[in-house]
Amino acid sequence: MADDLVVVRGVTFAYEERPVLFDVDMAIPRGKVVAIMGLSGCGKTTLLRLIGGQLKPQRGDVLVDGLSVPSLGEEALYRLRRRMGMLFQMGALFTDLTVYENVAFQMREHTDLPEPLIRDLVLMKLHAVGLRGAWHLRPAELSGGMARRVALARAIALDPMLILYDEPFAGLDPISLAVIGRLIRTLNDALGATSVVVTHDVQESLKVVDYVYLMSEGRVIFSGDVAAVHASRDPYVRQFVDGRPDGPVPFHYPAPPWQEMLDHDYA
Amino acid sequence: MTTLERVVGLVGRLGAPVVDAAVGLGAATRFFLSVLAASTSCLRRPRLVVRELYFIGVLSLAIILVSALFVGMVLGLQMYDTLVRFGSEDIVGMVVALALVRELGPVLSALLISSRAGSAVTAEIGLMKATEQLSAMEMMAVPPVARVVAPRFWAGVLAVPLLTAIFDVVGIFGGWLVAVPLLGVDDGTFWSQMRAAVDFRLDVVNGLIKSLWFGVAILFIAVHQGFHAEPTAEGVSRATTRTVVRSALVVLGLDFVLTAFMFRGFEGMG
Ligand SMILES: Nc1ncnc2c1ncn2[C@@H]1O[C@H](COP(=O)(O)OP(=O)(O)OP(=O)(O)O)[C@@H](O)[C@H]1O
Ligand SMILES: [Mg+2]
Repeated sequence: MADDLVVVRGVTFAYEERPVLFDVDMAIPRGKVVAIMGLSGCGKTTLLRLIGGQLKPQRGDVLVDGLSVPSLGEEALYRLRRRMGMLFQMGALFTDLTVYENVAFQMREHTDLPEPLIRDLVLMKLHAVGLRGAWHLRPAELSGGMARRVALARAIALDPMLILYDEPFAGLDPISLAVIGRLIRTLNDALGATSVVVTHDVQESLKVVDYVYLMSEGRVIFSGDVAAVHASRDPYVRQFVDGRPDGPVPFHYPAPPWQEMLDHDYA
Repeated sequence: MTTLERVVGLVGRLGAPVVDAAVGLGAATRFFLSVLAASTSCLRRPRLVVRELYFIGVLSLAIILVSALFVGMVLGLQMYDTLVRFGSEDIVGMVVALALVRELGPVLSALLISSRAGSAVTAEIGLMKATEQLSAMEMMAVPPVARVVAPRFWAGVLAVPLLTAIFDVVGIFGGWLVAVPLLGVDDGTFWSQMRAAVDFRLDVVNGLIKSLWFGVAILFIAVHQGFHAEPTAEGVSRATTRTVVRSALVVLGLDFVLTAFMFRGFEGMG
């Protein structure tokens, strides 16, 4: 167990009345890049929030570096979070700060580094995502893809041991896509970090990750390394990897039969 | 339906809002305490407060100046009109100053600041929540209550009395403008009557103490509404409206209570 940085054990979670995760088990080994894939709405973001301690499971436990996240006090949780980086699905850049200040934010909040050193670090992080030249822009002046790359630079600002990426590939052009994919891999190996990548982008992520969890409707339905994904005969896996509309994975949100909905009064 | 059932139903209907209100008040109190507890960050980094003081203060300065000038001028006109009938137009300066320093300055400044800056604070914090900026901050181990809420709260609490003092001064100037150059009240009498009647401790300081409490109320409502806004466009818009409406009601209610304590209490004792 000691070589798993994150362990999700029997986690069940519901937003008020709406159950989202059912008895999820996962292990994220140290030093690896692990992808969590699944259709929209299957609970991937929710799972990341559970790992980050922003939500508490109704049942089960989440361990990060041996600590049970749901039972940590505020101070201990904040100490743990200093060693985590998270890329938010919507970017969540601070709109009142420039690109530069966004990346510098945690360095200024958590360290006493002298300003010249912060400058070097920020420019290095921005260079890694190809946006060194955009340091002076405000988030409102960035395109969606650029904002995501800045958010990525911000997530890795303090060289975290665990990096959680929520949809790092969404909205990127093909070149950025390849660069960011490689960057996730390189960062992980250079920092000796562990990365969790939530994504729909099967082709791109299979190029960079070590291990894959496939989720459907709040359950883990497949897990294995990249070779196992390619070799799998499982109809769920095949449908997801090949992107076919028909198969066992439901594309539709649960709905009553057509006739019933056509007869329903929507006014 | 039996009478008993009807009574039980009625009690239930009356009770539910009371319970809701009590729960809401409890939650608000807890939030208030957490803001106070997080305020050490403002002492350690006064720069955060200064930045917000600039925004809240400068946002409200123009409207405070213009409103104060007109309120003072209207007050001058109205008071002169009444007082001249008794031949006491000499004390117009005193009446204008007392009205402004005791009541109109603190109350009107508070109302103006809440609709200008309080609403802006609510909208800003609410939007930060809706766009996950507060979540992101939490994940970076930076508590949003300390980094976002507390500096705005304290900046506003400082800004309200400062702006009120400006309101008082500009309002008195407006009254002077009408009374002396326009209506011909004697300049020296205008000021000397004012100086004789307005007590620094009992009128000026009490007025500013009131405005300090108004500041606490307004800014607390603003940050509370923003921080607990539903994270959607409609949610933020509803929260902003609630900030303005509740601030107005609380300021007016609080004004009565504080005034009763300060002035009545003093007279009764004397
Ligand atoms: N705050 C919330 N309150 C109630 N329900 C929620 C909330 N957030 C998400 N949900 C529901 O939980 C389910 C899982 O949401 P989640 O955001 O984890 O999905 P996801 O796998 O990240 O999807 P996507 O790939 O589209 O980002 C969804 O069906 C959604 O409707
Ligand atoms: Mg998601």
